Amino acid sequence: MHYLLLAISAILVSNIILTRFLGICPFVGVSKSPKNALGMSGALIGVVFMSSIISYAINRYLLEPLDLGFLKLIAFILVIASFVQFVEMFMKRYIPSLYKSLGIYLPLITTNCVVLTVALDVAGTSVTGSLLNWGEMLTYSAATAVGYALIIIGFSYIQLRMQNSTLLPKPFKGNAIALITAGLMAMAFMAFNGMIV
Amino acid sequence: METKQVKKKSNNWKIFSSGIITSNPIFVLFLGMCPVLATTSTFSSAFGMGLAVIAVLVVTNTLISLIRKLVPNEIRIPVYIVIIATVVTIVEMLMYAFMFDLAQTLGVYLSIIVVNCVILGRAESFASKNTVFHSFLDGLGTGLGFLLGVVLVALTREIIGTGGLGFNNPLTGIELFHVQLFPQQFAISLFTVSPGAFIVYGLLTAAFVAINAAYKDRQEKKAKALAKVAQAGGNQ
Repeated sequence: MHYLLLAISAILVSNIILTRFLGICPFVGVSKSPKNALGMSGALIGVVFMSSIISYAINRYLLEPLDLGFLKLIAFILVIASFVQFVEMFMKRYIPSLYKSLGIYLPLITTNCVVLTVALDVAGTSVTGSLLNWGEMLTYSAATAVGYALIIIGFSYIQLRMQNSTLLPKPFKGNAIALITAGLMAMAFMAFNGMIV
Repeated sequence: METKQVKKKSNNWKIFSSGIITSNPIFVLFLGMCPVLATTSTFSSAFGMGLAVIAVLVVTNTLISLIRKLVPNEIRIPVYIVIIATVVTIVEMLMYAFMFDLAQTLGVYLSIIVVNCVILGRAESFASKNTVFHSFLDGLGTGLGFLLGVVLVALTREIIGTGGLGFNNPLTGIELFHVQLFPQQFAISLFTVSPGAFIVYGLLTAAFVAINAAYKDRQEKKAKALAKVAQAGGNQ
């Protein structure tokens, strides 16, 4: 039950895009076609899940015992950058079809703030109020990435409709209307607020 | 984004001002949008975030420009990221030491300046190609443009959302002033929470685009009129 609540809270109640405003650039930029959004979110779920496992392990078994907590940021960003590079090389060699379909999105993920934030979250105490255990960490990182995927895939279909709209005033075309639509989506997601007390 | 090398000394002002208006990171380039939405619920926190970004951007731009000839081209991005992460860690620690309340409000958004595209974007497109002084100016200008953008969004949100405006001293966290512009019962509190952030940013973007288009139109009309006058003069 505890894990289910944790997952629902990460996916719906405090959704990483709509209530925590993370990963907005790809949200507005990449999700212009559903196909791109799918590729991006697939790659992101994998990278978030794996890199938070590595970051969590490094923090718990290396940085904390040695009292090097202040190196968290530098250590994690290095882990993420090299992990993404590694995944890219691995896929290019062994799964070329998937590599082709993900294309440019994989290297872009390094600078996606979702990955770094989830890594910092699982190493800190902000999620449940105390240090996470392995189960909580796995649930939280997977659920956050799924919440991200949910929104950017859904939003990409809305963007398709907006691009074909002829009623839109000129200055609103592009990013402006995308942001306002995201605001309306966020309003709808506020309804989940009362779900978990 | 400009990639050409700037050499002339008279261009100093141009480098400094382009980051503020013509290539404003927030309303024109759309780089680093997360903090614009996340830290603008009050004027004080937006101002603090802007200051932190200026500090990081000026130092990283200068440092990267200093070592631009030493770094091999293939590994430049990882090198830049490590430098940026180090500077952000230092700024974060300083802020927790001297501006504790502000740092606590900004929380994780302070750490993720590391992956803010403005910083890496300026390092890659400007500091890696230009002289130290020019890079310093560019960092300062782009940082100021960022500060102005977040402050604009924050002012709109705080005034509509609470009906007033307050400012806390960043060093002590004590409120310096608070003005109530209209009674709180008429304020729309939606603007202080997440949907308001998106909507205000969207509306301001549209306004910025409209103003820019109108300005360009006028410039073109002026040029056309001038050309006409010149032509008439030539015909005489």
